[in-house]
Amino acid sequence: MFKKFILVSFTTLALTISANAASDGELILKKNEPTEIKDCSETFNRATFAFNQALDGIIFKPIAKIYRVLPSPVRSGVNNSLDNLSNLVTIPNNILQGEFKQAGVNTGRLLLNSTVGILGIVDVAEQIGFPEYEKEDFGQSFAKHGMGPGCYLVLPVLGPSTARDTISSTLNFVGGDAWYNLTVRNDTQYFSDIDYYTSKVTEGVNFRAKNFDDIESLKENSLDFYASVKSLYLQDRQQKILNTKKIIETQNDSDWEEIDSQ
Amino acid sequence: MKIRKIIFTFLIYLICSSKLYSIEADVFVQSTINRASEVLSEDISKEIKIKELKKIAKDTVDIKRIGFYTLGPIRKNLTDDQKIRYSQLFEEYFLTSFSNRLVVYSNPDIDVYDKKILSEKFVIVNSLLKGTEERPEVKIDWRIYTKNPEKPLILDLIIEGLSLARTQKEEFASILNSNDGNINALFETLESFSNSN
Repeated sequence: MFKKFILVSFTTLALTISANAASDGELILKKNEPTEIKDCSETFNRATFAFNQALDGIIFKPIAKIYRVLPSPVRSGVNNSLDNLSNLVTIPNNILQGEFKQAGVNTGRLLLNSTVGILGIVDVAEQIGFPEYEKEDFGQSFAKHGMGPGCYLVLPVLGPSTARDTISSTLNFVGGDAWYNLTVRNDTQYFSDIDYYTSKVTEGVNFRAKNFDDIESLKENSLDFYASVKSLYLQDRQQKILNTKKIIETQNDSDWEEIDSQ
Repeated sequence: MKIRKIIFTFLIYLICSSKLYSIEADVFVQSTINRASEVLSEDISKEIKIKELKKIAKDTVDIKRIGFYTLGPIRKNLTDDQKIRYSQLFEEYFLTSFSNRLVVYSNPDIDVYDKKILSEKFVIVNSLLKGTEERPEVKIDWRIYTKNPEKPLILDLIIEGLSLARTQKEEFASILNSNDGNINALFETLESFSNSN
């Protein structure tokens, strides 16, 4: 029954996505341009956003507030182990994107941090000079192979997304995430469902705590908080898809130039 | 011969004077950061800090240009009166929002480490906000308008690749869209923000 539901969701979402093949970086950039991504169901999205805000106020914000008081080594240990676990999704996506060298580096990182780094608590790889870790997911891989983002969506609890990124998240539950397979799908004596869900909730709290002041400041100083979050999410995705930190590639100068000529 | 000599002397003077008074974008950013840091680390009330930060922003940010960028294509349809009103409201909004966001930082340690000249008019300056126990290290890039080399001005702050001007622009577009492109709705929103802060 669950599989059937996933299959139907897949088909529906896939129909909303423009999946024309594109390998050209410029085309990928254009397709993922935040202003080009339609907010097809804004009323629904705004309602979900309001629900998520309420949930944040009741659950995530108070927990994050307490979490921030924990000693720095504890927080960085948690952060490191979450990053370490995310390698299980990053590595297959490195391969899907043809980044085989990166996949090798991240496999080494996972092995080293999981063993010497005591289940990822210590980022030994970083200390011995591994390159900076970049997370990858199925949404980024789809985009790399030319799939458009589809409509902007706000998911209950999970927050901002696009149709493509929603499919990507769904893939994690049908075999794409080894951590999910190990904890929830397979009945092993070492892990149980609770391990997976605890890690996901901790991930949410960790994110909220790391960005606590920025989120509060944005909320207080925004004229339309929903629009600000949407813009920031889509800009961030565009940058991650292009795997670039060079802002020149993702920032369009034409509008600034136009003002200059007026 | 005499005319040639005069022209030559004049050219030399022009080259030298432009070199003398032009300010490098990275030096300008670092000095702006230092000015702001000094205010933020001073033992003065929040109100005075906000006042001082607004003064720095007025000196170093091209508020008018940011305002029109943020407005998007609708700027072309505004009357002169609407443009003047918008510029006033935007400046008020920008200064309030800017100083409110900045005043929460007690002593930001930001180092400028590189720059990239995009064109004669635009330079990107790269800097790094050092991490503390509370927050991780943050990469901040500054888009600087260098058309007048004697007075460079800040156009945008790009934090970890996310442009504040672009976010602002999309926020304004959302307000305009939900009010059928009515500029007065944006004026009202800007006014009410400034009045309530």
